[in-house]
Amino acid sequence: MSVLECSKVNVRIAGIQVVRELDLKIQPGQFWGLLGPNGIGKTTLLKCLAGLDQPAAGQVLLESRNINELPRKLLARHIGMLQQHTVYVFDSSVLQTALTGRHPHLAYWEREGARDLEKARMALDAVGLSDFQARSVTGLSGGEARRLAFAALLVQEPEIMLLDEPTNHLDLKHQVKIMGMIQSRTHSGRHSAFAALHDINLAASYCSHVVMLFGEGNWCAGPTGEMLNETSLEKLYHCTVERLEGASGPRFHPAPG
Amino acid sequence: MMPTAHRRLLFLALTLLSAASILIASAAGSVTLNWSEWLAAISNSSSDQGELLWRLRLPRAAAAWTVGALLSLSGCLMQVLLRNPLADPYILGVSGGASCAALFGMTLGVAAGVIPALAWAGALVSILIVFSLARGEGPWSGTRLLLTGVVTASGWAALISLLLTLGPDSSLRGMLFWLIGDLSYAKLPYWALAILVLVFLACLGMARSLNVLAMGETTARLLGEPTRKLLWIVYLLASVLTATAVSIAGNIGFVGLIVPHLMRLLVGSDHRILLPAAAMFGGLFLVLSDTLARTVLAPRQLPVGVVTALLGVPLFLLLLNRARVKQ
Repeated sequence: MSVLECSKVNVRIAGIQVVRELDLKIQPGQFWGLLGPNGIGKTTLLKCLAGLDQPAAGQVLLESRNINELPRKLLARHIGMLQQHTVYVFDSSVLQTALTGRHPHLAYWEREGARDLEKARMALDAVGLSDFQARSVTGLSGGEARRLAFAALLVQEPEIMLLDEPTNHLDLKHQVKIMGMIQSRTHSGRHSAFAALHDINLAASYCSHVVMLFGEGNWCAGPTGEMLNETSLEKLYHCTVERLEGASGPRFHPAPG
Repeated sequence: MMPTAHRRLLFLALTLLSAASILIASAAGSVTLNWSEWLAAISNSSSDQGELLWRLRLPRAAAAWTVGALLSLSGCLMQVLLRNPLADPYILGVSGGASCAALFGMTLGVAAGVIPALAWAGALVSILIVFSLARGEGPWSGTRLLLTGVVTASGWAALISLLLTLGPDSSLRGMLFWLIGDLSYAKLPYWALAILVLVFLACLGMARSLNVLAMGETTARLLGEPTRKLLWIVYLLASVLTATAVSIAGNIGFVGLIVPHLMRLLVGSDHRILLPAAAMFGGLFLVLSDTLARTVLAPRQLPVGVVTALLGVPLFLLLLNRARVKQ
């Protein structure tokens, strides 16, 4: 059970400050949604959280230790990330690709054992790809490739899941299924998740907390119920947003024009 | 994933085929040995045929096998390194540096025995040039490495043309054979075999890391690989393999490009199986190609590079086509 923390993190893209002094604590049990318009720095922030990039200033801390100073293998056992795009250059089977999630847990010469295989099969089953095990990854549709990448992330079993637009390319059924899986993982109280999303209603339904990036360094973060309203969303997306009361809470949609 | 039983069968087959290829290479040639002559020759190394076998054909076959394995292994590594299925062992200019040095030596008329050492030195210079220029600060950039390597290779190619133009006519034929790839004078240097074994073991240890690397640098980092370090190790290992192969046999084409592909189509892309399979198949493929090169137009000997290309291209296209139909 680890805590991932941003301490006064600045994010710059091409010299322009997009996030200023972000303070954030991603605790076990929380599912964060990261909202903001295109190009505002969501992916860059996720990369900083994953230790792939270094923030322009400030620190990202895993259990109070600067993640840029931790060995990658150790990080990979705690933090996993679903990237925005998955491109397969070399052919491989679906099962083999799901198994790569075990990589950080295996020693140098070690081979995947029966338990690892079992984990991969269960993950493929969970994303509805169990009949695809022997299929080649280059022949998958966009949505199937997305689900496979998510399965590999499940196999990696990270305590903290970072997700860059996890519902990209997915049909409604699978959007709900995958968001539900992430949420139930965090409900166990040992895991946390942090997902960049464009669908505010998915964030409203599933996320316990949201952070919004307004640009020019401005941001706000907090529990979803307090953060998501017409005013904040209009400020965020620069368009008129209507609020509807749904059976399971408020829903937002852009007003035409 | 390949079941264990299939895997054993595959490696048994590749071992037997390798042995068979060396047997054929040692028996066939301008003087073809039948079974009893072969047995007599192998047991009596001081007879004429024994000398032929022990001093000419077997060392040449062993050299061919080693070079084939070196090139195929290097091709596998280069393709992962650049994440490009079109990469081959020569793409980053290692062979260009080797060729330049070797051809320069030939122009000056140095002894044939010195050429491999010269070639190795040339390759090393090229490796160091590309390494120091492409390394830089900041994150790994495959594009920067590829561009640095390709441009360096073009530079060597220009120098090679210059050497060919200025070189004495008497050495042109030798130079040309060297550039096409030729095993006529190849003896098996034990250091080459040692390099092959050592690098192969190192690669096999990293095989699972290569699997995740093939999925992209970012994916590999997210799965716990310190990719910057790993990629430079892969670059250096692949370059050493190429340099060793080229210094023995010149620029034999197509083996390092085609064998990794063929093996990917046959055994999949798990490097724990792909690397040994590619090394063994590359070895036996080059032994057979070289045997053909010696025998097809005997007593004329062709440079083996011609044969690998003539054999490899249709074989590759055929398998590629079959794989597509299967999908």
